Amino acid sequence: MDGEYVDALVATAPDGIAFDDLHVAHENDGYTFQTPDVDHSGIDEATLRTVAAESPYVRNWYFWHATAPQKADRWAFLRWLEGAEQRDVAERYDALADGVSATWGELHLTVTLSDGTRTYSIRHRADADVGSSVLDAHDDPLDAREIAKHDDDGGYRPLKTAPSLQTGWVFPELSAGDLVTTVETFYPATIANWHREQEDELDVTHWRDTVDRQTGIYGVVKTWDRGDGHEHVNWVAEACCDDSQCLKRREWQYDDETDLDVDGGSGPFPCREPCSLVIAGARKWTKLEGEQAQTYEFELTPSEKEQVEEIIDAVADGEADDIREADIYEGANRYRTRFLRAKLFDDEGNLGGVETER
Amino acid sequence: MDEALVIAAHGSHLNAESSTPTYDHADTIRATGAFAEVRESFWKEEPSFREALRTVDADEVYLVPLFISEGYFTEQVIPREFRLEDWDPALWDSDGTSATHATLTAEDTGQTIHYCGPAGTHDAMSDVIVQRAESVTGNPDVGEGFGLAVVGHGTERNENSAKAIQYHADRIRERDRFDEVQSLFMDEDPEVDDVADYFESDDIVVVPLFIADGFHTQEDIPEDMGLTDDYRTGYDVPTTVEGHDIWYAGAVGTEPLMADVVLERAADAGADVGAAIEQVREETGGAKPATGD
Repeated sequence: MDGEYVDALVATAPDGIAFDDLHVAHENDGYTFQTPDVDHSGIDEATLRTVAAESPYVRNWYFWHATAPQKADRWAFLRWLEGAEQRDVAERYDALADGVSATWGELHLTVTLSDGTRTYSIRHRADADVGSSVLDAHDDPLDAREIAKHDDDGGYRPLKTAPSLQTGWVFPELSAGDLVTTVETFYPATIANWHREQEDELDVTHWRDTVDRQTGIYGVVKTWDRGDGHEHVNWVAEACCDDSQCLKRREWQYDDETDLDVDGGSGPFPCREPCSLVIAGARKWTKLEGEQAQTYEFELTPSEKEQVEEIIDAVADGEADDIREADIYEGANRYRTRFLRAKLFDDEGNLGGVETER
Repeated sequence: MDEALVIAAHGSHLNAESSTPTYDHADTIRATGAFAEVRESFWKEEPSFREALRTVDADEVYLVPLFISEGYFTEQVIPREFRLEDWDPALWDSDGTSATHATLTAEDTGQTIHYCGPAGTHDAMSDVIVQRAESVTGNPDVGEGFGLAVVGHGTERNENSAKAIQYHADRIRERDRFDEVQSLFMDEDPEVDDVADYFESDDIVVVPLFIADGFHTQEDIPEDMGLTDDYRTGYDVPTTVEGHDIWYAGAVGTEPLMADVVLERAADAGADVGAAIEQVREETGGAKPATGD
């Protein structure tokens, strides 16, 4: 192993090396080898090999050119993770000895340097300070598929970037390549799209274009969107794309010229077009929103009106299950809600005994 | 140059197990090392069809739809979402079950995409159906004294869906292995509800031509055939219905040999995966040479 990076350096020197504070060249009078620590020129190959073998700058160069994945986005992601563009090699290596961490969605990523070798680990950010021994250890990146499938309550997660990743696991020791594979398994395409955004090349497809290309059972969404206002799309984005629902940062808008009025979120990775869940929701809303509003007359006490609002809030915010069984002070408490139903529903389930008109 | 395999499957917003066969077959192929990368992608899950290619490093990609038949998904949705430039269904020059592949460029990534016909219409799929019958009966020689029903959705939305079912039923019938082979459908005659009416044999193996187990294969079909009044209470294999023993196999796509069909699709499109095919057939029990071609 030790010989590999030295051999590679000697083989590459004739092309010249200028990377991360390491400069190597091969000229007529011999090799030059420069780092912030040493400055050699006119040295022979044997001397080059000796200085290279001891230099962290050579190990660093070798890692980035032979060990790290070379696909541009994966490479840039690993550089971002250890703050390579903000810190020089000496500073970085000091930091890496203690471990450098970053957050990616709900993932807590750490890179540590030991004996000149980088090791990566991933765990849930909520487990950042938990001892590894109490977490389930994994070493196969593809295990992330199963972990990502269900939340802590066993519910299926159809949206990989929903903020409901289960806790209690760790990938304690991954190579650079396996780190990237694991991250991409938890959050598919986030590295690719983040990098495109960094390079100012993110291909955003806005609502109108996304809806226009739908066919089959989703073709109906086009009829919801008549090009006369975008309030309905604000509602969709507020319902589905809020940080509380999805960790992607929404970059798509109504169309090229019309921004939506709701916040796109603050996630590190961008959302470049309405996803399949948004389109499936939009199909349902297209049908529901085709109905004409009716006027119904009910009588509610002020507290009952507020209770209805509390119930809607609790369901919309996913908090209904957290309300304690005997907490009758909460409007969305089960007993409170059952009382409301007992009082206000007739035998057919009509609110206030008023039939639904269609 | 590195080559990648991308499998395009339906997936589900509701059913956590819909993706399982896709993952399993991808893992089988991954283990052969035949491709630099193997990537699963889904219509309803992630990575999405739209973004799968940008997660792949290779410049050359074999794209295999893990779908049963040619039609809406293979002709419209997949080429559109993968942004295959200049796609036209005529490039497949198919009669409804004979698509092989077309080579195109992905508009957003520039990768060369060998877009293959669906796994479900490949000739090797007949072997998977037979192997599914072997698996459910626990009998590697199952055939004599048995009828085989190949079950499909029907033509409600896609006439090629029924063609694929009939194509394999015909091919297996020609092998003279089973006493009788019949294609049955969920939403048209001959209907799977009347399975006992269509067979003389005492034993009938029923193999639904679906990729993943779900609502149709786990709830509809068992109840329609009278294996159970309520799918939640389960059923025996075999279950006696109107004097016939019905061996219900569940979705054919869960059969491990399915990985071979995916590889065959890539091989037909030019991938050098002969050794991987042999290895997969060996591992998944499909080592016997195909017959009836």
